[in-house]
Amino acid sequence: MFEVTLGHYLILAATIFTIGVVGIFLNRKNIIVILMSIELILLAVNINLVSFSIYMNDLVGQIFTLFILTVAAAEAAIGLAIIVIYYRNSGTIRVQEIDKLKG
Amino acid sequence: MIIHSIFFYIFSVIAVFSAIMVTVSRNTVHSVFFLILDFITISCLFIMIGAEFIGMIMLIVYVGAVAVLFLFVVMMLNVSKQKNEWLGDEKNSNHIPIGLLISGVIFFELIIVVGGWKYKPELLKTFSSIGIDLSTTNTHEIGKVLYTDYIHLFQLSGMVLLVAMIGAIVLTFRQREGIKRQSYFKQISRERNEGVELADPKNNEGVKIDV
Repeated sequence: MFEVTLGHYLILAATIFTIGVVGIFLNRKNIIVILMSIELILLAVNINLVSFSIYMNDLVGQIFTLFILTVAAAEAAIGLAIIVIYYRNSGTIRVQEIDKLKG
Repeated sequence: MIIHSIFFYIFSVIAVFSAIMVTVSRNTVHSVFFLILDFITISCLFIMIGAEFIGMIMLIVYVGAVAVLFLFVVMMLNVSKQKNEWLGDEKNSNHIPIGLLISGVIFFELIIVVGGWKYKPELLKTFSSIGIDLSTTNTHEIGKVLYTDYIHLFQLSGMVLLVAMIGAIVLTFRQREGIKRQSYFKQISRERNEGVELADPKNNEGVKIDV
């Protein structure tokens, strides 16, 4: 029980994933925190891939982690650029007041 | 390997705590700081489990680039005054129970999947019995796989980064009105007959220049 197995890493990843999902659902004020929650979710996925890769002695998981890292960096750059121009145009990034699409 | 277990629990407690603080922190700058702490902790876990290259890349890419980008945007937009208060907001109180319910359901589903899984016998090993190959380094092994089998995906990820870079520049580029700039094309394409005018001024009278 005290010895660390694969299940421990999977439960840690599930916990961080759920915290990220909670951050997306419950945040009503600040859209930057939503982007940070997405980063947390991607981090949880990375934990899953790396722990499987180590415990199965297969390097493909770590390589896919590299690709996820690339996509996460690109997504953060584009998302922050969109936030910057939205703030420049409308003066707010509060989630409640972003209703231009009337969704 | 009792040391490994102790460090795993320490790091995972820090990681979960800082992930919670990212979402509930009132100040956005504090959220970014806790995000940095979370990345550093997870990369420590990766290095500890034997994936050194991924851990170091996590440090460089996430802490060095992404988190600093977040910090830069947060400080540039001056949103630290806009508090992040999703607890205790009456107007949207119907979001909170439903969101918590759905998150709890997701968490329990994940735990059930992890707990009720039938693992293959080689996945049930503890970390001390994995037997990491110490003759070569992790980076060397990743390079041997990444640059041969996955070379197309590798170059495609370079294209993704290029497109993201161009997209970010195009999105945030702004042509300002009312700023006088040097126009090289206008300067170079001036001809003599439109730039020079010969005047014949009379005595005691100036030359009238229309601008």
